[in-house]
Amino acid sequence: MRVQKESFDTSAEAARLTQGSTNIGALVTFTGLCRDDGGALAALEIEHYPGMAEAEIHRAALEAASRWPLEAVLAVHRYGLIRPGEPIVLVVTASLHRFDAFAAASFLMDYLKTEAPFWKKRHLAGKGADDWVEAKTQDQAAAQKWRA
Amino acid sequence: MKALYFAWVRERIGKAEEEIVPPENIKTVAELMAWLSGQGENYAAAFAHIRTMRAALDRTHVKHDALIQNAREIAFFPPMTGG
Repeated sequence: MRVQKESFDTSAEAARLTQGSTNIGALVTFTGLCRDDGGALAALEIEHYPGMAEAEIHRAALEAASRWPLEAVLAVHRYGLIRPGEPIVLVVTASLHRFDAFAAASFLMDYLKTEAPFWKKRHLAGKGADDWVEAKTQDQAAAQKWRA
Repeated sequence: MKALYFAWVRERIGKAEEEIVPPENIKTVAELMAWLSGQGENYAAAFAHIRTMRAALDRTHVKHDALIQNAREIAFFPPMTGG
């Protein structure tokens, strides 16, 4: 599990994670990208709580591994200035069967969005003040369903 | 204890961290937020929406009724928007 400023390569991360494994039947990768909202956004600036961000991502991965039989799991989250088209977050899960890999990846993303201490600020392309992205109730609801 | 502020809480207060010495009768996170909001206009603005604000004691999420006890670090921040 990593928190880093640098970009990452999804394929390379997945290949490294599964290297040497011969019993993985399902590999799920999710990559969250910075979008420009139809040209409105120049960049995202992601602030994080050093120490706690790593701890929460680690906790999320441990919980995923305790809920589903995973052969491998990886989560990477970036901070700092991120341009449209660049990756922000990566979740990779590997298991014997697709159900567990899909579910664990979905759980990890829901958890990261609502529990990991990261905040996005939008730098706009045109005029207008930079603003902080507001938390979405649908993300809260998605995370809540795993606790039911 | 050390107080940390993130995102617009940090911007409104005007600093990322500081040492705070709350009065001894402050026992919970909610009481500390109420006390901090009285420390100046910038703090009042930062703690204007206390109900939606999140807090962490020694890097663990806590609810507002949590006891501060011997925590060394408390952080205040808006709901998270990572991912």
